[in-house]
Order: sequence, then C-alpha cells, then structure tokens
Amino acid sequence: MTHLAQPAEAPASLAAAVAAGDRGAVARALNLIDDHRAAAHDRAAELLAALPEDRLLGAGHLVGLTGPPGVGKSTLTAALIRHWRGEGLTVGVLAVDPSSPFSGGAVLGDRLRMITPATDPGVFVRSLADRGTFGGVSAEAWPMSQILLAAFDRVLIETVGVGQREVDIADLADTIVFVAQPYSGDAIQVIKAGILEVPDILVVNKADLGAGARRTLSDLAAAIRPAEEPGGWTLQALAASAAIGTGVAETAGTIERHRAWLADSGHLVERRQTAPLRWLLARLVERFGRHGIGRLGGDGAVAERLAEAPTGAFALLGEYNRLLSQH
Amino acid sequence: MSETKPAAPAATRDKPWLIRTYSGHSSAAASNALYRGNLAKGQTGLSVAFDLPTQTGYDADHPLARGEVGKVGVPISSIDDMATLFDQIPLEQMNTSMTINATAPWLLALYIAAAERQGADTAKLQGTVQNDIIKEYLSRGTYIFPPAPSIRLTGDVITYSVDEIPKWNPMNVCSYHLQEAGATPTQEIAYALSTAITILDELKGRPGMDEAEMARSVGRISFFVNAGIRFIEECCKMRAMAAMWDRIARERYGVTDEKLLRFRYGVQVNSLGLTEAQAENNVQRIVLEMLGVVLSKNARARAVQLPAWNEALGLPRPWDQQWSLRVQQVMAFETDLLEYGDILDGSPVIEAKVNDLIAGAEAEMAAVANEGGMTRAVESGYVKRRLVESHTNRMRAIESGDLTIVGINKYTETHPSPLMTGSDGGILKVDASAEGEQIARLEKTRSQRDPAAVAEALDRLRAAAASGENILPASIACAHARVTTGEWGGTLREVFGEYRAPTGIDGVIVGRAGGARLEGVRRRVKETGDALGRPLRLLIGKPGLDGHSNGAEQIAVKARDAGFEVVYDGIRLSPKQIATAALEEGVHLIGLSVLSGSHLELMEEVRRELAAVGLAGLPVILGGIIPEDDAFHLREGGVARVYTPKDADLNAIMDDLVDVIRAHHGLDPSEQAA
Ligand code: B12
Ligand SMILES: Nc1nc2c(ncn2[C@@H]2O[C@H](COP(=O)(O)OP(=O)(O)OP(=O)(O)O)[C@@H](O)[C@H]2O)c(=O)[nH]1
Ligand SMILES: [Mg+2]
Repeated sequence: MTHLAQPAEAPASLAAAVAAGDRGAVARALNLIDDHRAAAHDRAAELLAALPEDRLLGAGHLVGLTGPPGVGKSTLTAALIRHWRGEGLTVGVLAVDPSSPFSGGAVLGDRLRMITPATDPGVFVRSLADRGTFGGVSAEAWPMSQILLAAFDRVLIETVGVGQREVDIADLADTIVFVAQPYSGDAIQVIKAGILEVPDILVVNKADLGAGARRTLSDLAAAIRPAEEPGGWTLQALAASAAIGTGVAETAGTIERHRAWLADSGHLVERRQTAPLRWLLARLVERFGRHGIGRLGGDGAVAERLAEAPTGAFALLGEYNRLLSQH
Repeated sequence: MSETKPAAPAATRDKPWLIRTYSGHSSAAASNALYRGNLAKGQTGLSVAFDLPTQTGYDADHPLARGEVGKVGVPISSIDDMATLFDQIPLEQMNTSMTINATAPWLLALYIAAAERQGADTAKLQGTVQNDIIKEYLSRGTYIFPPAPSIRLTGDVITYSVDEIPKWNPMNVCSYHLQEAGATPTQEIAYALSTAITILDELKGRPGMDEAEMARSVGRISFFVNAGIRFIEECCKMRAMAAMWDRIARERYGVTDEKLLRFRYGVQVNSLGLTEAQAENNVQRIVLEMLGVVLSKNARARAVQLPAWNEALGLPRPWDQQWSLRVQQVMAFETDLLEYGDILDGSPVIEAKVNDLIAGAEAEMAAVANEGGMTRAVESGYVKRRLVESHTNRMRAIESGDLTIVGINKYTETHPSPLMTGSDGGILKVDASAEGEQIARLEKTRSQRDPAAVAEALDRLRAAAASGENILPASIACAHARVTTGEWGGTLREVFGEYRAPTGIDGVIVGRAGGARLEGVRRRVKETGDALGRPLRLLIGKPGLDGHSNGAEQIAVKARDAGFEVVYDGIRLSPKQIATAALEEGVHLIGLSVLSGSHLELMEEVRRELAAVGLAGLPVILGGIIPEDDAFHLREGGVARVYTPKDADLNAIMDDLVDVIRAHHGLDPSEQAA
C-alpha cells in the first residue's frame, strides 16, 4: 500500500491548469503553497510567478470578510456565493479558523455553512487554520488567494472571528467588508470608532432579529465621515439578514460598486501591486522581528528588492528566510 | 420453601405500564408479521421504527436512499405501505407509537388515512408521534427544514390532534436522545423542558388559541426519557422532572385541571452504555436501568421499551427482542413492585438529590433562556456544544478509568461467548432484496394512481405550507391521493428550504496538558506534518442518511486535541460531497463513520467519487457498527483500518491514524508514541 511520491508536477503547467479553472489543479496548487519544505517552497514560488499577471493585477475581485465571532460571516459568505453563482460567476473561498494554541490542531468549521445539497463545480472552498498568526488570517492566505484569483471570478476570504483591531485582511484584499452585530436588547454596545477606519463596507447582519439592526445601522451611519479626497470612497453601511437573504443583493451590489471605484481610480492595481510587499514585511516581522528587517537594510531595501521582481514576494521570502536563519 | 405467602391478590396491584418493543424492518409486510407476533406474545402496544429515507422524506429510489431502504426500520412510501403495515391490526383499538419527527405530519396523515380506509372512527385513535424536532438538530439527526418552519409543523400536528384525535399524543418531548448524545441528568431535564416551553409558547401565539385549548394542548404533551445505569439518580431525575413540569404547566400556562397536569412519560433505557465487549452483561444493565423508572410509583413510566443484549453489535433478532420483552414481564408480573404505594416518598436522601437536580436544571434552563430560548440556542450551537462537551468528558473518564465500564476498561478477560456462535453472528441481517422490492412497490403505486389527483393534492399541500394553514388536512388529502413520501418531503423542501445543524465540536476546550500519552501523540502528529511539509489534515465524513454523530464528533474533538486540522461538516453528506471536500481541503486522510448498517454500499460509493476527483489513492478508514465479516472484506478491499465500539481508546486510534498516513507516504512507521 505504500505510495511513493509522484514525480513533481511542473509549476508552469500547474499554473496553466489553475488559470483554466481545473479544480484538481487548484487543490494541488494550494497544497503546494502550504508545503513549507524548502524544495516545495521554491516550486510554489515558480508556480506563483507563472500565474497570468494580468489576472492577478487587474481581474477578479478579492473580498475580505471580517467581524466578531458568530456574527454571520460564513452565512453571509454562503449567501454571496448563491448571489454570484446566480450571475454566472465562479467563486473561490478561503475560510480561516483559529488553531488551538496547545495542540496546534484546529476545527475547520466555516465550510459547513457553505455547502449545498448538490455539489457545484463553480464553487471551491479551502479552509485554513490561522496556525497561531494573530490578525485573523494566516501567513498562507495571501499566496493562496492568488491561486484562487487566477482560477475564479470572485474570491472571498473569511477571517477568524477577530476583535476589532487586528485586521490583517486589509493587507491583502481589494475590498474589506466588516460584518457587525446588531445591538441586542437594551445592552448598549458602543462600536469603537477604530473599526470604521478599516472596512470599505459595513454590514449589520441579523436584521431579521428585530429593531436592533436598524438602530445599529443609523448609529453607525451617523458616525461615518465622507471621504476627504474628491471622488474618494465613503464607507458604506447597510443592514442584511444572511440567514433569510435580505440585503444580500444590496451587499453584493455595494461590493461591485467598490470594485468599480477601485478600478476607475487606479486603486485596484495599486492595492494588488503593493499587497506582496505588505505580506512579505508582515512575514519577516513575524519570524525575525523588526530587528531582522533592519539586518536586511530596512523596509525600503526590501521594497526595492521586490520592485525588481514584482511577482517574487514568495521567492524572496524563501531567500530572506535562508539568509536570516544563518547566524 | 412451601412457607412463602402467596402473592397479594391481583385487585391491589397497579396496572403495569405499556409494554412495547421498538421494531420494524425490511418491508411493511414483514413488519406487520413481526407486530402481530409481538402482540401474540403479550406486548400491549406497538412502537414503529421507520427506515431513514422515510424519516428524512425521501422515496426509496432517491440516490440518498441507496443502501438505507428497509434497513433500520420499515420503509413507508405511500398509503399502500401504511395499509399493509397495519393489515389485520384494528387501528381503532391499537395504541401505536411512531418514532417520527420531520415527517411526522406526513406519517400521521398516512396513519389517519389508513384508519379511514379500515373504516375506523378516527376520533378514537390512540398513540403517539414523537414530533420533537429540536432534539433532531441536537442528537437524532433526522431533521429536514430550518428550525422555524419545523416548529410550525410541530405545532400543526399538536393543534390538529387536540381538535380531531383527542386521545392522541401529538408530541413526545424527548430527553432520551440527549442522554444518548452524552447529556448529564440536569442537561436532560433542562433541554427537554425548554423544548416543551418553546413549542407551547409558539402555540400560545397562534390566532384563536384560548385558555381552554391551551390547557388541553399542555395536557397532551408527553415525554420520552432515558434511564441510565446510575438508576437511583435516574429515579430522582424523574421525580424532579415531574415536579418541574407541574410548576411550568400551572405557572406558565395556567393549567389547573389535575388530569391535564399529569406528567406522562415513556422510556427507552440507555443504550450508549451498552457494550460490544462481553455483550451479555448488557442484560443486567438493562434490568437496572429499567428499575430506575418503574421503582417510584409517583414518577413511574407509562410505557417502556428496552433495547436488546446485542445492541452494540447490530440489529436485534426476534429472539433478542423477546428476551427484552420478557425482562419487562418478569418485572411487572413476577415481582411485587406493583403492590405498593410510592416507596421513596419521605426519604431525605432522595429528596435532597431531587432538589439538587432541580436546582441544576433550573440553572441550565436559565442559560438557555439567556441564549434567547431553545430555538436560538440550537441555531447558535450553544446546546450542541454543551452536549459534545459532556460526551467528551464521559469519553475522557472512560479512557482514564475514572468511569468503570465492565468489559471495556475493567474486567476485560472473558470466555468466548456462546451467544455469538450462530451463523448469523448474533444479529439480524436485513435481506439485501428489501430495497429493490420496495422500489418495485413504489413504482406500482405511482403507476396505478390518478396523476391529476396527485398534482392537485400537492398543489394544495404547497399552498398550505406557504400560507401557514394547518398542514394536516392537505397532507391527509395527499395520503388518499397516493402521494409518495418523497413527493411530500420534496414539496415542503421547495417551500421551506433545507438546514444543516451546528456540529458543536468547536466548543470543547483543548487542555494544555493532555497527559503523557496525548503529548506523545501530539509530538508524532507534529513530526509527521513537518515531514510531509504541512500540518496533518483529517476529513471526517458521515455519508448517507445516518444521523449517529457521537463517534464522528468524539474522533474530531480528539483529533484536534492531538494536533490535526480537522474538517467535519456534519451528518448526512453524499459521497460526492465528501469527495469534493477531500479535494478542496487537501486532506491527508479520510475517516468515515457509519452506524446505520449501510457501510458496504457507502464505502463503495465514496471510493468511486474519490476516484472521479482524482483522489483514488487517498487513504480511507472507517468506524462504526461494522460486523467483523464486513470489516474483513473492507480491509481486503483497501480500507486502511476499521474501528468498532470496542475501540474506546482514542489515543490509540490517533496513534493509528498517524501510522496510516506515514505508511501511505512511505515514512518509517516504527516510531511509536502512545
Ligand atoms: C447513541 C445511539 C443513538 C443516538 C445517537 C446520538 C448521536 N448524536 O450520535 C440516537 C438515540 C439518536 C440513536 C438513534 C437511532 N439509532 Co442508534 N445507537 C446508538 C448506540 C446506542 C451508541 C452509538 C454511539 O454513539 N456510541 C458511542 C460512540 C463514541 O461510539 P461509536 O460511534 O461506535 O464510535 C467508536 C468506534 O466505532 C469508532 N469510530 C466510529 N466512527 C469513527 C470514525 C473514525 C474516523 C474513526 C477513526 C473511528 C470511529 O471510534 C469510536 C470510539 O470508540 C448504538 C448501539 C451501540 N451501543 O453502539 C445504536 C445503534 C447504532 N443505533 C441504531 C439505530 C437503528 C438507530 C435508529 C436508526 C433507529 C431508528 N430506526 O430510528 C435511530 C436514528 C438515527 C439516525 N438518524 O440515523 C442501530 C444501528 C443498527 C445497524 N447498524 O444495523 C444501533 C447499532 C442499535 C441497534 N442495535 O439497533 N442512536
Ligand atoms: N437570525 C439570524 N441568524 C444568523 C444570521 N446570519 C447568521 N446567523 C446565525 O449566527 C450563527 C453564526 O453564524 P456563522 O455564519 O457561523 O458566523 P461566523 O461569523 O462565520 O462565525 P465564526 O466563523 O465562528 O466567527 C449561526 O447560528 C447562524 O445561523 C442572520 O442573518 N440572522
Ligand atoms: Mg465562520
């Protein structure tokens, strides 16, 4: 029964199969990205570099969904999947769940809300454990999102149910949707101003549960300041019931408008172009501290190196890893 | 010897409880023969077990029904089957209990229609439909629709019954299944009473519901409870529950009529503690468990059904069921139990225990109320997490030896059992032809009916579902039009949608320290993950209609505790959904759990679907109720491991999973941990 490793698949042909939407290839590509053995890392870097650049920089949509535990992120994801599928768009999802700090194990439970009685080849859901990374997404989320971006029309990343601050998702998504809890009963929950700075869209979910959602929404709307630059994006707030399906089309519409705004204003390409650097710096800080980056000559030096090889953040991380691990 | 006084005259003896055996299999005709045989042996009521397609609203020829038709109960596809099931059993006189939930309105409609066909006066019908959907989400697993429409259907059955078949018990609120999923006595009481409150509150809000009708509805609610091996505590549990129900009925619903205040309950004794190892010991377990619910006259069960000695091996044969029937008869007719008043009244020990249980249950009821009531607490996963947590505690206690189970973790040496030597391996084997024959009957029904009448009946059903009008009259019309179970279920699925319940496995706290053995396993999991480049990922799958989730949950919790990244999407997945998840999630190993007896068919299908997504080589293991013959064939066919209830050492199982993965990847298997 022993099953020896099959001959390694050529990264370039794997990339082509991913871009063609081959589900098996997408799965294998995600596995390869996840594989932290040195040889695999190099092949993953080649794979990422071989993905069609026009897709990664200009096509599709990377949507990040964040918010407190149990607020309905997975349910809303499921509702958005249905909406997009109705429009004929394919959807890839990365769903991040917390790892146990003691065992390292995890229960990957988000996909339960996303599966439908009939399997749909136009939907692909990969769960991910945060593996101790703070900030709601794991280190693998960005490169994995690139695989999905190359294969599917819409990519949704559901973060761990985070507090209100640590939202690393902002580093990698085009559009950030924050899902908020409606006020419950008479408990006055003040939504901290801080969270209003991160998202592009704010959805007060569970609107079916009564007046709380409307009150929460109007309080939030009052706290929103219009964009400062002319033609800028003003945070949009709306109410939805992911469970019943109300407000979902509006949410999808707002997400689409934000994408159009990003594309027209040039922010889409800019966000996509700068995401690799943000990801790379975050990984370096995580592994080697600010001190490590100092040894590399600081953020600026890293940025310059990356500019020379725009698709190579993943490869560069491998290189820096080797460099900094040598004492 | 001759000096013993003769037993007290019969006049002073209480009437015994209803003596039942939960049964049904293969076909309506075979089950009919079984029932008539049981009645001839002195059984005083019927208790019908339906197969899983019938319970989940599918026809016998639905793809999800494959391998399940007629297996764990009788298949009922239409009124034609219902009529056969009760052939020569006059329904006007019978007392029939039907374990049916999501499709309860439908099976009740079929029963009423079959009684009408017999020419019975339906107002005289007596019996019970279980009709408790809440515990289906929490334990039993045969739910279909989301909670809100399901609860509405529950209410429809109650209001219809109270008006039209007043002797019928339209809802049997179940705590039985909660204990089978690990619940403690206080949890059992708290969740059952919270469920009753949820339903009754819903009825209270219905238009036209006045005080008198409300009181009658409260009076028709009965309970179905469990009785475990700690029989003194279980006896106290019943006294506690009766006292609490009395208070709820009076205070919350203003019931004053003593007759309507009676706490009526039936029992099936605990099966979770019945073992595969030294299975003969289950007989004394069953006897003691029964004692707990018949001992105290003031809190005595109204109906009892007992499992059989071979519960953990597979389905009981008629002789096994007869043995359990005789246990009841010995208790009722040979002992002096029924000659006394309540023998526990006035005992301070009992009273203290009862008060303890009441306090604990009230606290847990308050926690549920705090979650927004039972429905919300089910949807949010709160209750399910509490149950999984309790069951995890139980499993940990068995593993550590703190909880003694004879034959499992103590006194394990045994002579070979003569009970198991027959050619049938000591269990009932359902004839494999049952499925094909049922499909043929279904096709016959379909071909003989008036299609226009069917279409009209289904339109009426759809309209009633959408408008909120009581679903029963339209369902009875469907029954007479020879609509099938799948058509009834399918129509309501279209209107209400389907639901997937929380698994509860994310709530159990992982300990920092898990003991030396767990630490050893964690190390191996980590090292193997490092060697393979990424953390080990395990998919736990429950293919088919089987709702037994305990094993899958406990393996999932333990696997996370051991360091696996675990994907478990709950019960009732198609083999295709499982293969899809395996691909999308990039898992190293698939572990299937099947307890319904359809493991051979399902394993074959899963492997076919895996091959279809290019994962033919992925290692697969299986756990559940798997007879040794089948296990042998499965292993021959490439299933890496097969586990059964006797494999209670979860650390050892985890170690084994690592071995399977290592062997598959050609890693040195010799390194050991636990
Ligand atoms: C508890 C129980 C229930 C509970 C289930 C609660 C729940 N949420 O799980 C309730 C009361 C709801 C229930 C209902 C029914 N039950 Co039941 N139930 C049992 C019982 C008593 C114990 C099963 C159990 O949970 N054991 C504890 C767990 C931890 O053990 P386990 O699942 O066996 O798992 C262990 C190993 O098998 C292995 N394992 C299992 N899965 C996996 C997976 C992997 C990956 C690995 C590595 C290992 C592994 O590891 C575990 C650790 O030891 C068994 C009889 C028995 N004593 O075994 C009958 C039994 C399984 N039930 C049976 C039946 C028929 C039913 C019903 C279908 C009856 C009906 N007609 O309605 C219903 C409907 C359920 C449904 N929807 O499918 C039959 C099945 C008959 C058959 N296979 O031929 C049994 C065998 C009883 C009998 N003899 O008739 N049941
Ligand atoms: N009433 C109501 N309940 C909802 C709604 N959306 C989600 N829920 C419920 O809220 C609970 C949590 O939903 P999830 O979608 O799992 O929430 P989540 O934010 O993904 O949770 P985590 O991933 O664990 O942080 C479930 O019980 C859902 O049924 C809604 O719009 N209305
Ligand atoms: Mg989620």
